[in-house]
Amino acid sequence: MSPRVEPVLTKNIVAGGGPTWLEAYEGNGGYQALRKALREIGPAGLIKLMADSGLRGRGGAGFPTGFKWSAVPPVGETARPRYFACNLDEMEPGAFKDRYLVEHDPHQLIEGMLIASYACQADVGYIFVRGEYQRVIEILRRALGEAEERGYIGRNVLGTGWDFDLHVHVSAGRYMCGEETGLLSSLEGKPANPRSKPPYPQTSGAWGKPTVVQNTETLCCVPHIVERGAEWFRSIGKAKDAGMKIYGATGKVARPGCWELPMGTTMRELIEEHAGGMREGHEFRAALPGGASTRFLDKNEYDVPLEYESLKEIGALFGTGTAIVLDDKTCPVALCRNLAMFYARESCGWCTPCREGLPWLEALLRDIEEGRGQPGDVELLLDQCKFIGPNTYCALALGAVQPLVSGIEKFREDFEGHVRSKRCAYKDI
Amino acid sequence: MLSEQEREEVERELEHVPTRQAGCIGALRVVQKRRGYVSDEALKDLATALDMTPAELDGVATFYNLIFRRPVGEHVILVCDSISCFLTGGEAVMEHLQRKLGIRPGQTTEDDLFTLLPTVCLGHCEQSPVMMLDGEIIGNLTEEKINEALAEAVRRSRGE
Repeated sequence: MSPRVEPVLTKNIVAGGGPTWLEAYEGNGGYQALRKALREIGPAGLIKLMADSGLRGRGGAGFPTGFKWSAVPPVGETARPRYFACNLDEMEPGAFKDRYLVEHDPHQLIEGMLIASYACQADVGYIFVRGEYQRVIEILRRALGEAEERGYIGRNVLGTGWDFDLHVHVSAGRYMCGEETGLLSSLEGKPANPRSKPPYPQTSGAWGKPTVVQNTETLCCVPHIVERGAEWFRSIGKAKDAGMKIYGATGKVARPGCWELPMGTTMRELIEEHAGGMREGHEFRAALPGGASTRFLDKNEYDVPLEYESLKEIGALFGTGTAIVLDDKTCPVALCRNLAMFYARESCGWCTPCREGLPWLEALLRDIEEGRGQPGDVELLLDQCKFIGPNTYCALALGAVQPLVSGIEKFREDFEGHVRSKRCAYKDI
Repeated sequence: MLSEQEREEVERELEHVPTRQAGCIGALRVVQKRRGYVSDEALKDLATALDMTPAELDGVATFYNLIFRRPVGEHVILVCDSISCFLTGGEAVMEHLQRKLGIRPGQTTEDDLFTLLPTVCLGHCEQSPVMMLDGEIIGNLTEEKINEALAEAVRRSRGE
């Protein structure tokens, strides 16, 4: 067994327990980082601190946080208000880590959001929550009320002269809302269509004003970095990337769930120790390491550190860190068809390759799965992926082709077998 | 016509946003909460209240899958058909619900009690397979658990 690491993001989470409210949060050191950030460090110092810490976005893309914040133009050079949006529109299939964090410890997110907003000198913040997270919404509203009453939100926060309003925005479905610029469109009361970049949201975001959009788990890391320093945060990672991470595992594993582990934990440790191995009668075949929009890793990659850098080196993606496990009894073609259905349905329709191409991929995969595949269909799938992936405004289509291309790479014989025998051999299992 | 109470609630949705349009998703939800869905008439009234054209507002209403533009049953069931649920028996859950309710996905039972809809990942994958009934997540689904949830919903409708 690996040595237990000290819980940081989950230190206020008791298994089976309810949310940690303000009193308990403050009793465990909460909101001290906010005081330190506002009174001692200041905006420029905070941006430098994040850059030094090596914190990267936990939403999937892994964009360096310090760099993201530093791209906001100085106050005085921009229109007001300036916005900060927290992305809690967690809709990546297989991901539930952000919900887990906020459901149990809402003030950790609020404190992180306040520090980040102060660093970017934002005037108004929105926590953009997917409509299905009803419980999270109720918890956040109550926690925001507590924080406002204590003077952490509103006029003249902690006597520093900084005014900041923070609201919950309840969304109404659609994966596209979690895409950075789609989220901005949605916030403005429009369909969640993406926008071309540049201009980047930091200069022209919500309502054309400077806006930073940041993932929930990333913001939850911020107070701890302020409290304990960049050096400490860097020291937690086991391999190249910094900090702790909420990893998860779902599918036919013995104990599906999520766990706080050092960045760089391997698939072997994740599956065998934390998820308790596979369910009785099932073998691990491969896994998508971080939600649907990543590439399959199999036993050959069992010991590669799961983090942005190490996975990039082998041509893979880290994504959200919540792994989806494929077992030996599940048909990989059916799995790829299920993923293609998701992407085809959730395409916002803005870009033609995505709107038209993804339903076609789904139909082709369904044909292969159900025994109507033709010789050459597998090549056709790969060809289409080349055209669809890179030719769109946002990364939805690019995400859609990752599991498919790598699935065909790893399980080509399964795909060809369906076409040859005109049936799915997994139906006999 | 929007009721007085609906108007008040819509205005409350607009308090924290810089444009009236920005509050439109919340406003659609206000109407849907009371009426179950957003009718053509309600859409037009709401568009006027939000300084939007009906076409603009309809573009938004039909984009978001949690806004219903057609009547739904008293209880709405959203069944996750994304990957983690697919791997753990999500298709069997949908088949059982179809058999039990005698409807296909997208349909409403004749007594207007249940509407059955497929949905994307509900973000509770550690409890897969998962469905959402009247906004409440029900996970680790088995046939018995589904039957119990349906019976419970029927009891709620009868005011028991």
